[in-house]
Amino acid sequence: MRLQFILAEIGHGLRRNLSMSISVVLVTFVSLTFVGAAGLLQMQIDTMKGEWYDRVQVSIFLCPDFSDVPSCAGGEATPEQIEAIRAELEGEGLAPYVERVYFETKEQAFESFQDLYGDNSTFAAVTVDQMQASFRVALVDPSQYEVVSETFQGRTGVETVEDQRELLEPLILLLNRSSLVAAGLAAVMLLAAVLLITTTIRLSAMSRRRETGIMRLVGASNLFIQLPFMLEGAIAATIGAAMSIAGLWFGVTYLIEDWLAGSIRFVNFIQADAVWTVAPLLVVVAIGLAAISSVVTLSRYTKV
Amino acid sequence: MIRFEDVTKVYARGARPALDRVDLEVERGEFVFLVGASGSGKSTFLRLVLREERPTAGRIFVAGRDLSTLSTWKVPHLRRQIGTVFQDFRLLPTKTVFENVAFALQVIGKPRHHILTTVPDTLELVGLGGKEKRLPHELSGGEQQRVAIARAFVNRPSILLADEPTGNLDPTTSVGIMRLLDRINRTGTTVVMATHDDEIVDQMRKRVIELDSGQLVRDQSRGVYGSDR
Repeated sequence: MRLQFILAEIGHGLRRNLSMSISVVLVTFVSLTFVGAAGLLQMQIDTMKGEWYDRVQVSIFLCPDFSDVPSCAGGEATPEQIEAIRAELEGEGLAPYVERVYFETKEQAFESFQDLYGDNSTFAAVTVDQMQASFRVALVDPSQYEVVSETFQGRTGVETVEDQRELLEPLILLLNRSSLVAAGLAAVMLLAAVLLITTTIRLSAMSRRRETGIMRLVGASNLFIQLPFMLEGAIAATIGAAMSIAGLWFGVTYLIEDWLAGSIRFVNFIQADAVWTVAPLLVVVAIGLAAISSVVTLSRYTKV
Repeated sequence: MIRFEDVTKVYARGARPALDRVDLEVERGEFVFLVGASGSGKSTFLRLVLREERPTAGRIFVAGRDLSTLSTWKVPHLRRQIGTVFQDFRLLPTKTVFENVAFALQVIGKPRHHILTTVPDTLELVGLGGKEKRLPHELSGGEQQRVAIARAFVNRPSILLADEPTGNLDPTTSVGIMRLLDRINRTGTTVVMATHDDEIVDQMRKRVIELDSGQLVRDQSRGVYGSDR
């Protein structure tokens, strides 16, 4: 009887204020989509940082055939030059900075190139000899890049020294800024959602003042009086959360997995299942919004 | 059943008290008229019994509970022992007679089978048998007040408070309502009725408590409306 009665009250309330209920659903939908987007961007940043920072920090590209860099005037790097560089990288002088060194041969470089662009016809004519060998150096402290760079830049047999982070940093910066913008918009929208839910509950409470008055009079408990209003807000907000989860899932599936991941190959993108990591947070935020609004409103409109 | 010990109620600081050091006791099963001009403190008295207001000074006991120490979350349990009827009936216009009465039980979580047996019994008691499916606006004023009384009494409260229950009714209908309240009183329910209706008070010859500017000026068993007659 109790449950049935409360459910009937909720249905009644939601239908009575249908346009308000819909606007609550839509506002929570939009605001939580921004919250979720901010979360997903952060996850993307973490994925990229984790993968790239871990994999390589500094690349020392050795001279290939026919390079017009002055230090490569002698043609392709000789085995002696390579050994000298390796000895120095693994020697005492650089030991405090270098964590590990990995040598990539031309063949390995060609393989990973094939992995990345193998099905791209523009690069079909590339051969093993056009690739260059390189040392990949992981640093103890990535910011100490200068030490390695100064040691090897311009040395005979070394074409160039690249800090891989320099390639990545602008991208991460862009993503970070975007996630900040998303978070900012989310904050504004969340505020709007709280105000709207508050107004909706207030309207609903006022339009049912006669009922709640009688309820108080005959001794209905506070919870029993307030529960339908709270659940109304919570249900509308949860529907909004569900819509934002669906929206984010479609976004990640079609925008990132199907499109970005296909055209930008050098970055590891988050998968659609990342949305499931964010989803519980969104539901919690939705219910939290409704709870805050209920507490603020109901204490004033349905007190004993 | 109801005991006021030196109760004073001041609404706004500095204003004249709505109730001024009122000291009285209503026994279980009594029928009491509360009379006095508008603004004499009758409504304040009823609101204090319901604990819609708290006294500024003094102590109030209702149905064995000390209201000054009663915590807020126990107030609903107090109100389940008090039925209340108003001059303006306060029925829900979209609910039928049956639903209006059942509402009072639904919202305190009574089981369905209990509601299905108790509500028809109560409607029979107030003389509305056969009108369960009517809507309030299809009923006369007297019938609407009977629905309100049925709703107040359906949970078998030990106290029934009536705030000018005949205020909107013609004299003949009022007599019917008074008979009903008398019948409810005979089941052992304490009835406190605030009223302006001198004819009814004079006819019934029950205990009369008169308030004037918040002060208890008369407490007379088998009394009449005006003391100067």
